[in-house]
Order: sequence, then C-alpha cells, then structure tokens
Amino acid sequence: MSKATFRISRGSGGDLTPADYEIEIGEGMVVLDAVHQIQYEGASDLAVRWNCKAGKCGSCSAEINGMPRLMCMTRLEDLDLSQPVTVEPMRAFPHVRDLVTDVSFNYRAKKSIKPFKPRKPDNADGTWNMKQEDVERVQEFRKCIECFLCQDVCHVLRDHHKHEEFIGPRHFVYSAALEMHPLDTEDRVADLKKAQGIGYCNITKCCTVVCPEHIKITDNAIIPLKERVVDEFYDPLTKLFRMFKPKK
Amino acid sequence: MTTTGTKIPLPQQRAFGKTTRTDRWWLKPLLVFLGFGAFVVYSTWAAFQGTNYFYGVDGADYISPFYSPLLFGVAEAHPLISVVPEGGRPPWWPGWMPFSAAFFILWAPGGFRFTCYYYRGAYYKSFWLDPVNCGVGEPRKGYRGEQKFPLIFQNIHRYFLYVALIFIIILLWDAMKAFWFTDIDGIGHFGIGLGSVIMLCNAIFLGCYTCGCHSLRHLVGGRKDCGTCSGPIGKTYSCVSGLNGKHMMWAWISLFWVGFTDFYIRMCAAGIWSDPRFF
Repeated sequence: MSKATFRISRGSGGDLTPADYEIEIGEGMVVLDAVHQIQYEGASDLAVRWNCKAGKCGSCSAEINGMPRLMCMTRLEDLDLSQPVTVEPMRAFPHVRDLVTDVSFNYRAKKSIKPFKPRKPDNADGTWNMKQEDVERVQEFRKCIECFLCQDVCHVLRDHHKHEEFIGPRHFVYSAALEMHPLDTEDRVADLKKAQGIGYCNITKCCTVVCPEHIKITDNAIIPLKERVVDEFYDPLTKLFRMFKPKK
Repeated sequence: MTTTGTKIPLPQQRAFGKTTRTDRWWLKPLLVFLGFGAFVVYSTWAAFQGTNYFYGVDGADYISPFYSPLLFGVAEAHPLISVVPEGGRPPWWPGWMPFSAAFFILWAPGGFRFTCYYYRGAYYKSFWLDPVNCGVGEPRKGYRGEQKFPLIFQNIHRYFLYVALIFIIILLWDAMKAFWFTDIDGIGHFGIGLGSVIMLCNAIFLGCYTCGCHSLRHLVGGRKDCGTCSGPIGKTYSCVSGLNGKHMMWAWISLFWVGFTDFYIRMCAAGIWSDPRFF
C-alpha cells in the first residue's frame, strides 16, 4: 500500500478552501473510492454526490486536477500521485457545499427545448415503419448520462456565464437527438439560433474531450445543428431553392 | 432561453492562464500557433514573390498550387487570361500595388481554411486564446462568440466550399499534366518525376480534406432526417463522415503538403534543386 494526498475544496456557498488529506491507496482505486476513504477516516461531513460507481448515473462529476471528470471513472493509477490530486466542484454551476453544486439550471434549460412530435403513424395499429440505418445517427446521442461535464467545461457557461442565452452542449445533444429523428416533425432551428444561442459555441471541442460516453458532441451534434441554422437564416441560395421547391 | 430571469451565483472568472490542470495544456495550442503561423508567413511570402511558380525544364509542366489556375503569367505556363513576364504585371494593374498571380487564387483556399470548423476551433484557442485550452482562464471578460458580428460571417463557409471543390478539380488536372512531359520535338509522353508524385499527393490530400468538410457532410445528407439514409445519399453521407472523422488530420497533412509542393516547385524553378525523373 502506498500513500497519496488529495487536495479537496471544502466550504459552502462558493466560499472554498483547499484541504489536504493523505490516505493509503490500493490497486484499482478510483478517485471516488479515495473520497469515500477520506470520509471514513475523519472528514465525515465532506459532501459529495454519487450513486452508481459505474459511470452510468452521471452524479459524481467534479474537476480532478483541473479537468471535469467522473470521480468513479478516474483511476488513481492514471494520475500523477507524486503531487496532491486536486478535487474541486464544477465551476459552471452555483456551489452548494464541498463537491456538490446545484445543477438545476440544466433542468430548466432542457424544458426550453420543444418536445418530440412524431408524424402520424404509418400503420392502422398506431406504429411506424423505419429502417435501422435511418435512426442510427441519433442513437449516439441517447448514450448521454447527463453528467453535465460538457456543460462545466464549456467556456461560454463556465467563464462567460451566458446561462440566460445559451443552453450548452448537453442540450444541443438533446436537441440533435430530437431534431434529427426521422419521425420528428417539430422545427427547433429558430429556437437554437435565437433563444438557445448556438452561435455562442466557438467549436473548441472541450465538450467532446470530457464526455465520458465518447459522444462526438461538436462534430455530430453541434456543427450539424449550426449548419441547419445556416440553411434557415444565413444561406440565400438555400432560401431561394426552398421558395421554388414544390410543397409536399 | 426562458429561465427564471434571475442571475445565478457562480464562481468568478479565473484570470488568464489560471488553472488547476497539471498536464502540459499549453503545448498543443503552442504547436498549432507555430504550425499555422509558419504556414501563413510562408504562403504570404510565396504569394508576394510572383516568380518561380512554374517549372518547365525537360518538358515538365509543374505549376505551384498557390498560383493555379494561372490567370496572368509566363507564356510557357499557358496563362488563362494574359501573358505577363516573370516578375512583371499587367498594364492595367496600379503601379504602386505589388502584383502576383497568386493574389487571384489564395483568397479562396485561405477563406475555406479560415472558416473551416476545425481551424476555427484551433485558432480561437491558439491565436485568440478564447479559451487557450479547456478549463484554463481566458484573457477577456466579454464574449460574443459566433452569435454576433464579426464572427457571424463564419457562416459563409459553405460558399468557400463550393469554390474549394472547383479548385480540387483544377489541382487534379494540374497533377495529371505533371505526368505528361514534352520532348524536344514537341511530342508529349507519359512520365513520372518526383514533382509529378508530389503534385498528385497534393491533390489527393487536399481532396481528402475538402471532402471531409462539415458543410459538405451537411449538404450531402446531414440536412435530411435520414428519410433516405439507406440509399445512395446514405452511402455518400457515410463516405464524407468517414473523412470528416479524420478532418483534423487531413487539415494538417494537406496544409503541410500544399506548402511543400509550392516549395519544391519553387526550388526546382530557381535551379536550386533538380527534379529526378523516374520514368
């Protein structure tokens, strides 16, 4: 058994102080195990949100050595343990206590997205016909576990606090899942441009880098949505073609 | 977005460069800055030269991609509009303004790359430091993104794509001509020189970069909600998506190679290097 030091942000309401904890670590441990060990060994009031310990619930999001990551999926063997490992709460959301933040902004943002509106059923029994290839593209977006790491790393929210004008990468993924669904008939493009601020994204791909589900957020969700916005608002040729296109 | 309308209390923005990251986060933006900066400096210098853009020794027909299609240039390169002596200018060109045939060409690939989704993300980080890397403090407090003027003009990317696709055809034509050598009697025959191979690679690499463009991906199928994804549209979309997955790699390979192609032809035309002929 070897020892490692964890520098954990402690405090409430944004008033944070780093506190060092030295613990013994074992093979196969992840950062969340270490946090639990610290709670067990003395800091029993250390607040941390967690649930599945398997990278599927998205609860234990934090900033480990400055990068947004899931604590349960960050192995200690992948970190430099010769230095203290910093564990901080997410910076894009209001701080509650220790490692816990208030992520309710995300639930409000999600409500601003128009819900799924399927076309009329293809068959008398109320079902639709669809090929697997037709729905494959949106399957990737359904992997999202809503850990909000992408929201946390996005500088538009994290540094520029555009929460009132920009819904963030997670919700562009959700919009893409609905907007690109073959059965969906709703039009969300105007909302994406105006109220949801997709133009604020400057494609730095940080959201893609931190996604624990390896969703290609920028390439497969945000940029295709940006292109749809271009179709509708910025491309005169497409507008012209649409004027002369026969209506279905 | 409609929310509560009240500002939520958030941590203060960190100072520029401030982070708790322990890795070498500055390395990648620095390399991009150096790589992209070196290309911009070299291509600008090469564009202003106005000379050594064509190599015709031993019946070769190599033209620098920075000058192709040649609108004004030396007679042996068969310019499309008018013959201009090497280093000279058309009579109507203002005397105070430097002239180079490359000025008529480089705006198109330059604009395509400048508005490219990959390069945008890269140079916003490396040149504009917005942010310099993920999770690192920024130098500015204000932010308009691409939502407002001036970066809203990045949305014209697809128009540059249309021009870039035409350029790929022209570069493929140039590469084909580079495999055709004219002998002393004026008869053309197939041959392979090092320059032919370099020019062919250039057209292929630029083709892979251009055909992996996000806008092209949208135009060939991405704009649809996959009503026809299982047909030819779906296959085209898959091909473009495959190239798009390696867009960054092709962006850098093609950037380096197009610069190297110009450099090679320039060196040969200046008589510093000689073009080895394999066949």
